[in-house]
Amino acid sequence: MTSVADAPPDATADVVAAGPVKPRRRWNLTLVIGAGLVGLVVLTALVSFLWTPYDPTRVDPSQTLLSPGGDHWLGTDHFGRDIVSQLLVGARTTLFVGVVAVAIAAAVGVPLGLLAATGHRWLSEPVMRALDIVFAFPAILLAIILAAGFGASTLTGMIAIGVANVPVFGRLTRAGAMQVLQSDFVLAARSYGRRGVVLMVRYVLPNIAALLIVQASVSFAHAVLAEAALSYLGYGTPPPTPTWGRMLQEAQNYFVVQPMLAVWPGLAIALSVLGFNLMGDGLRDALDPRLRGR
Amino acid sequence: MTTTPLLEAVDVVREYRSPRRSLRTPGQPIRALDGVSVQVHEGEAFGIVGESGSGKSTLSRILMALDQPTSGTAFYQGQRISGVPERRLGFLRRDVQMVLQDPMSSLNPRMRVADIIAEPMRALRLPGDHRARVAELMHSVGLPEEAVTRYPHQFSGGQRQRIAIARALAAGPKVIVGDEPVSALDVSVRAQILNLLTDLAEQFKLTLILVSHDLSVVRYLCDRIAVMNQGRIVETGDTESIYADPRHPYTQRLLSAVPTLSGDLLDRFNRSST
Repeated sequence: MTSVADAPPDATADVVAAGPVKPRRRWNLTLVIGAGLVGLVVLTALVSFLWTPYDPTRVDPSQTLLSPGGDHWLGTDHFGRDIVSQLLVGARTTLFVGVVAVAIAAAVGVPLGLLAATGHRWLSEPVMRALDIVFAFPAILLAIILAAGFGASTLTGMIAIGVANVPVFGRLTRAGAMQVLQSDFVLAARSYGRRGVVLMVRYVLPNIAALLIVQASVSFAHAVLAEAALSYLGYGTPPPTPTWGRMLQEAQNYFVVQPMLAVWPGLAIALSVLGFNLMGDGLRDALDPRLRGR
Repeated sequence: MTTTPLLEAVDVVREYRSPRRSLRTPGQPIRALDGVSVQVHEGEAFGIVGESGSGKSTLSRILMALDQPTSGTAFYQGQRISGVPERRLGFLRRDVQMVLQDPMSSLNPRMRVADIIAEPMRALRLPGDHRARVAELMHSVGLPEEAVTRYPHQFSGGQRQRIAIARALAAGPKVIVGDEPVSALDVSVRAQILNLLTDLAEQFKLTLILVSHDLSVVRYLCDRIAVMNQGRIVETGDTESIYADPRHPYTQRLLSAVPTLSGDLLDRFNRSST
C-alpha cells in the first residue's frame, strides 16, 4: 500500500470545530442610516394621518410666501398654504407610489427574467425582445399616454413607473440567474432531481436576492424622482393633493421672491432617495451570510 | 461478470459547438467524447483517468443524465437514461449521487448545512425523519452534529467536502460519482477524504465512480480504470495490471509522467537511510 493509507482512518484532524460562532452582526452603519432616513419618511407619512399643523390645502391670501419661522415653521407658499403640512401629507404619495411601482416592476420583471434564463430559445428570445421594447420606451412618454387615456392620477403614475421598470428587473434577474444556473451547487441539485420552480425559488432566487434588493432600492429612489417629475409635468397626482414633485414645480415661479420654497421639497426628495439607496446597500450586506462574519 | 452492468455507456458521442467567431462563420463542433463505451459493475470502484480536456467529466455527466449525448446511449440497470425526460428519471436521481471538485461552489452558500444535507431527501420526497438522518450523516462523515446550523463558508475545505459527501449519501444512493473529489483540497486533507470515501463505500455497499487526473488517487481507490485521451477511451482494465503493464502508448506516457523515487535518486535515498 502507498503511504496514503497511513492516515488515521476516522480522520477527524481537520474537524476540530472552528470555535464558538461569533454573534452575527446583522446591523451595519449604512443600514442604520438608510433605515433611519426611510423610517423618517414613513413616520412623516403616518403622522400626517393624525396631525398636521394646518390643513395642507387651506388657502390664506393674507399669509402668502412667508419665510420660515413664526406660526408657519417652514413658511407658506403662494396661496398661503403651510409648507410643513404639505410636506407631511406629500410623504404619503411619495411612499405609496414608490412601493407600488417597485412592487409592479419586481412582480412582473423577476418571473420574466427567470423564464428567460431557463434557456429555452423559443421562450427566452421573445421575452427578452419584448423587454427591450418596453425598455426603449421612456417612462414619461408611457405616463403621458396612460394619462391621456385614463386621466392623470396617482394610479396612472404608479403603473407607468412600474411598467417602465419591468425590463430593469427582468434583465437583471436573467443575467443573475444564468450565472447561478451554471454553478456547481445547481448541478448537484439537478443530480438529486431538483428542477423547475423549486430549483428557482430555493437555489437561484436566494443567490440573486442581493442584486434584486439593491435594484429595488435604486428603483425606489428612481420612482420617487419619477413621481416628482410626473407631478411636476402635471401627469401624476392631480391638485390639490400635495406631492413633493408639484411643490417643487410650483416653487419655481416664486424662486426669486421666496427661494426657500424650492429647498424644502427638494431636500425631502433628496433625503428619501439617499435613504433608500443606503438601506439597499445595507440590506445587501446584512442578508449575505458570508458577510456576517465567520 | 456476465450480469447487466450497473451503469453503461454505448458508443457515446458528445459534441459541443464553439462560439461563432463572426456572423458568417458558424462555431466549429468540438468532439468532447468520440464513441465512448464503458461498463461499470455493481460494487466496484471504477476510475476514469486522463488529462484535462480528455472528456472524463463529460462522460461522468452523461452517465448521470446531467448532459445528453449527441449520439449513443447511456443505461442504468439496463434502462435507457439518455434522452429521457427528467420526470421519468426519478430512479436514477435517487440511486446516483455526486461529489464535485470544489466544495465551496458545490454547496449552496445561502443554505444552512442541515438544509443542504436534507435537500436530496426533500427533493426526492423520501419518507422518514430527515433531521435524525442529517444528524446520523454528520456523524458518518465525522462532523460535529451541532454544526448543522452553520453556513458552508464557516467550514474548512476538508469539512466542506465532508458535507458534500454527507449530502451525496443522504438519499441512500447505490452509486457515488466523484468528479475530482480531492483535487481542490490541501494535500494534508486529501488522504482523510479518500479514506472516508472508501470506508463509506464499503459500509454502504456503494459503487464508486472516480474521475481524476491524479493517478495516485485513482490507483489507491479503484479496482478498475479507464484511461481517456482526447475523447476516447484508450485502455480499460484492472488497475494493477494497467499500472504493471500499460499497453497503450498514451497510458505508458501518462504513467511515466508520475513523479516517483527511482533510479539514481532512489539509490541515494537508500544509501543515506542505511
